[in-house]
Amino acid sequence: MMDKTDWKLLKEIADLEKTPQGAFNIRMNGQTDSRASTANIEITTKTDGKPGIDIRVKPGTKKESVHIPVIIHATGYSELVYNDFFIGEDCDVDIVAGCGIHNTGCETTQHDGIHTFYVGKNSKVRYVERHYGEGEGTGERIFNPQTVVYLEEGASIQMETTQIRGVDSTKRDTKIVVGKNAEAVVTEKLLTHGKQTAESDMEILLEGEGASGRVVSRSVAQDQSRQVFYPKMTGENKCFGHVQCDSIIMGDAQISSIPAIVAHHVDAQLIHEAAIGRIAGDQILKLMTLGLTEAEAEEKILDGFLQ
Amino acid sequence: MLEIKGLTYRVPDEAGEELGILNDVSLTIGDNKLVVVTGPNGGGKTTLAKAIMGLVKPVSGSIRWNGVELMDKSITERARLGVSYGFQQPPRFKGLRVRDLLCLASGRENLATEEACQYLTKVGLCSHDYIDREVDTSLSGGEVKRIEIATILARRSGLMIFDEPEAGIDLWSFAKLTETFKALHERRENTLIIISHQERIINLADEIVMIEDGKVVQHGPKEEIFPKILANTAAGCSYLNEEAKKA
Repeated sequence: MMDKTDWKLLKEIADLEKTPQGAFNIRMNGQTDSRASTANIEITTKTDGKPGIDIRVKPGTKKESVHIPVIIHATGYSELVYNDFFIGEDCDVDIVAGCGIHNTGCETTQHDGIHTFYVGKNSKVRYVERHYGEGEGTGERIFNPQTVVYLEEGASIQMETTQIRGVDSTKRDTKIVVGKNAEAVVTEKLLTHGKQTAESDMEILLEGEGASGRVVSRSVAQDQSRQVFYPKMTGENKCFGHVQCDSIIMGDAQISSIPAIVAHHVDAQLIHEAAIGRIAGDQILKLMTLGLTEAEAEEKILDGFLQ
Repeated sequence: MLEIKGLTYRVPDEAGEELGILNDVSLTIGDNKLVVVTGPNGGGKTTLAKAIMGLVKPVSGSIRWNGVELMDKSITERARLGVSYGFQQPPRFKGLRVRDLLCLASGRENLATEEACQYLTKVGLCSHDYIDREVDTSLSGGEVKRIEIATILARRSGLMIFDEPEAGIDLWSFAKLTETFKALHERRENTLIIISHQERIINLADEIVMIEDGKVVQHGPKEEIFPKILANTAAGCSYLNEEAKKA
């Protein structure tokens, strides 16, 4: 049974205050807490021996959602989970994933999730993933998510990942293969502080004719935290790709932002932009002239930047 | 009432010598007046405005607003006492929307869209096109400038200082802005200081302050000062006069 702490985690990662509507699977401390399928979306336990679930969305399913949050409050617990999504043709679905760890102990708690999406022709998927860590224990909270997406002709994914504070170490791996006239849009938001580390490797393969990809990464590194970004966009055909990495650096933090664009086709049009800088002094001053204190001004600027 | 006495601000020049930007400036501005501050570039107008807001720290002097000494007050405290300043070159914010800035300026998180839109309309911006836009590099200089002025209007503070509001603004929006200043002044609820070189704005003034070389060289009613400025401008520069004769 879920207690108050678990519901708080669910609220943080999936904005859930009660059992979600539509299909869902809530995983707690490595076990299925509750699950529901719908007429169009079926969730089943994997049968190939691997831990995790298969999510199958019937062709033509529109305006439906799937919630698959994971919560862990056991210290010293570590897991590797495989979730596979099979989205039929002509669908339009929202998928909300994410993991919250509440670690009150002194041992490391770790969740590594491997999500693979097979998105059928002309289907639209919005995929939201939030990572959140809390707990007064000294045990580390670690997430290593891996996301692999295959977009068939005309399909699209809008992937939004957010990790704001609380996660000691994360290594994110994302690979998206974009088919003919398909589109991948990835928005990544990250804030690290203390001695946290975060690394994000991303590869977008624009394979089909007319494929497009867009990566917008915004991050804030505070204190002694370290961040490394490797977004890579490869054009194999007539395509359009844009990578934009923007970081605010504070305190003694370190950030490496290493975007790469690779063209294997004469009609591949690829752009990358990367910027790292501190908060501009005149931004703080401007907000102070509106009556905010320096600390409030800084908070507003960071909130806006990561909005 | 704003009372400035003996305000002095210096910075070191390239040779390390002290350079006086404001030299013993004294100035009194009565409640609900509209005062235009004008004068040549580099004369100290913006520095004076920034000193009132607390953005630069004068070495000596006094600035009293409604009897309260501001010199030892922070920017935030001055803002909360009713001083506001529209930057000459406003900063841009990645991620903050026009709506967010107007909410912060008004001090109300739940500022109604309708009210926020009114401030934009007053500076000649079509509100529906702008209210949810980010105040980032996608906006032109003139647009950012007008949003800046809208934030000052939204603050509704007792003392509003506008630093060259006309800069970078097209003629049509400028006409709208002039009307806005006129209407604001007619309500007589705020003291307005506008740094400007524009005749149409100078014409709205009750008083004109002329600042040159860090000093107030003229201060008086518009009817008295404006003709003098015009005469000086024509006669003051021999090179221009020579050129004018040739033409």
